[in-house]
Amino acid sequence: MGTIGEAVRRRRSDLRTGLMGRALDIGLIVVVAGFLILLTTRVIDHGPSYFLQILAFAIANGGIYALIALGYTMVYGIIELINFAHGDVFAFGTFLSASLLPIVGLNEGEPFVLGSVFLLLVVFLVTMLVCGVLNVTIERVAYRPLRHAPRLAPLITAVGMSFFLEGALFLWKGPSNVHYPNILPSAGFEIFGATIGAKELIVIAVSIILVIALALFVDRSRLGKAMRATAQDRDAAQLMGIDIDQTIAATFFIGALLAGAGGTMFGLYYGTSVFDLGFSAGLVAFTAAVFGGIGNIYGAAIGGLVIGMIQSFWDGYFDSAWTQVIIFVILILVLVFRPTGILGMRVPEK
Amino acid sequence: MTSLRQFWQSGPRRDPNTIAYTVLLVAAISFPVLAQVATGGNSSFIISVAGDAGVYVLLTIGLNVVVGFAGLLDLGYAAFFAIGAYTYAFLASDHGVVTPLHEAIHLPFWIVLLIAMFIAASFGVLLGAPTLRLRGDYLAIVTLGFGEIVPRVFKNAATWTSGVNGISALDIPSLPLWIQGPWAGAPFGIVRDFKIIEPLAYYVVMVILLIICVILVRNLHRSRLGRAWMAVREDEVAAAAMGVNTVAVKLLAFSIGAAFSGFAGTYYGAKLSLVSPENFGFAVSITILVMVVLGGMGNIPGVITGSLLIYGVIFIFLPQLPEYATGFVTSVGLGDLTRSNGDFPGIAEFISRLKFLVFGFILVLVMLVRPQGLLPSREREQELQKGTHEDTTIVDVNAETA
Repeated sequence: MGTIGEAVRRRRSDLRTGLMGRALDIGLIVVVAGFLILLTTRVIDHGPSYFLQILAFAIANGGIYALIALGYTMVYGIIELINFAHGDVFAFGTFLSASLLPIVGLNEGEPFVLGSVFLLLVVFLVTMLVCGVLNVTIERVAYRPLRHAPRLAPLITAVGMSFFLEGALFLWKGPSNVHYPNILPSAGFEIFGATIGAKELIVIAVSIILVIALALFVDRSRLGKAMRATAQDRDAAQLMGIDIDQTIAATFFIGALLAGAGGTMFGLYYGTSVFDLGFSAGLVAFTAAVFGGIGNIYGAAIGGLVIGMIQSFWDGYFDSAWTQVIIFVILILVLVFRPTGILGMRVPEK
Repeated sequence: MTSLRQFWQSGPRRDPNTIAYTVLLVAAISFPVLAQVATGGNSSFIISVAGDAGVYVLLTIGLNVVVGFAGLLDLGYAAFFAIGAYTYAFLASDHGVVTPLHEAIHLPFWIVLLIAMFIAASFGVLLGAPTLRLRGDYLAIVTLGFGEIVPRVFKNAATWTSGVNGISALDIPSLPLWIQGPWAGAPFGIVRDFKIIEPLAYYVVMVILLIICVILVRNLHRSRLGRAWMAVREDEVAAAAMGVNTVAVKLLAFSIGAAFSGFAGTYYGAKLSLVSPENFGFAVSITILVMVVLGGMGNIPGVITGSLLIYGVIFIFLPQLPEYATGFVTSVGLGDLTRSNGDFPGIAEFISRLKFLVFGFILVLVMLVRPQGLLPSREREQELQKGTHEDTTIVDVNAETA
């Protein structure tokens, strides 16, 4: 916008990269090193097989969070809005897929055969699509009319939408935990005394495939190019003939596809869900997105993996009652020491 | 009707809030009398509820400074509320004996009120300082996290806070002097070392505190700082160019809001004589936000009205609604609806679960249809309207060229 604003910003980024920035980076390194040393002593106490077990959980957990974080980062990257409802779209994904599984004929306790793979794929796709449509509807109803309004307005509707969805899930299944049919084979193989289940492998594989597919899509496809252009400069993109509304809707759709897949996997992996799951999971995933550098797709994937792993390791080696607290402390520390995230991408400011 | 219209139109510079303030003040003063008459002498319950509503009014006045004046979104307002309440619990009860301190602390209510404000404001600064240097909307997610963390800390640090059980038997606040009269069912006289235990006394103290707060906030709004808030809210870059220290100004708004919340928390703890981590969840923060948004961001009488309205709906109307619904459904012959069936929990439970949904709906609807709220602030109204109707100007330009 104005040149003054740019000058102020340049001054600030000078501060960040200069002596001050270096001091802050050192501070971050000290904090991380402290945590790692503490963790190492605990790991040595508990032995290697326990570590491997936790590591497998951690990577699977991280994969799921990466998928949610991608939705936050894409939407923030393109319209600079914290889509609070995203976490609840994810929670909706867990609820929907839990209801779809018995409908397509996948029930708990039945053998998992080749046909089941196909049925599960159908559940995945339907959940993803419905989540996508839901998120696009949210964008259409609650965010698009306020695109030129003061920033506070869409933020408040985002919170309202989040609460609305949470309320809808609450009406649907009530306050208690929802049981999720445990249909994946419990088989696994042993390695150094740790059992790596088929579940972990499936979750990790699906996450990797989806992240790579998304990265390729954003990098190579025409729509991906339009998305990047819109994120960079919306007005210029519009002048170049890009349909802004359609591109933004597509971003919401794709983000929610990943959330839907993440929701299905969360249910399959943890076997449970609850109506306010989206609140806590959303907070963790947003932390992951900020951690990786918001607006940056690779950053969100790595951030999700790292935050998910920290969560699992903390659960495994320390008191799990404090896990949420730790995640939040990480969010604050990242904002203090490295607001641009670990990949160092600039926050798109306009 | 026309005379009213003339009255509004006659003085465009006249503050329409004068009327709102007068109505609110008259209502506050006449309420105990009306309640006494309406209930036939058993008004203590209603007046006690009104005292509780006063806590929410305090909270909305504080959140209005953050959201309405400075345009920052604080989603963890209940955290400061909790900090205020726990401050009172630590400093004015026997609880200190069971903590590692082994010493009970009993400070007077009025001193703790100030301490709690200070502590809550300090937390506001601690939280806001790193965040407000960055983008305004990061504050939303950081406060969301903070609001999630604080009750958890109070719950987990059980050696200090006795965990989920909370801290009970807090001191009853007292006043050095109090005028007694027939309104409290006693002869005229001056009471020394008066314990604020009667609902009516609580109500009166609450109203006095509220009046002080409203005057304070109104003056703040009209001060240099208040104008700086408005400038930052409308255009941060322009405000910075005009020499406003945007970070300091935003930080002040945020910490003043936090101080109010701590203040309200102390009062809440003293009234309930109990604090528990369950009472300060995200739902509380959202409730206060809904009150501010519905009432009219940035307008003090507006948010007070909003808070009273929402308080009435969720704490008086909604708790009774399931009963009415059950009665209604049975009377029209759909008795089956009262029983739970599969995922459907029965009509009574179903309605009591509607609260979240309705809150979300109100937030979205108000922002889309009437972003300025029920009783809008004039400047805020212009700002928000300008935003939503920007597209129409583009259409006009096209029409002119054609």
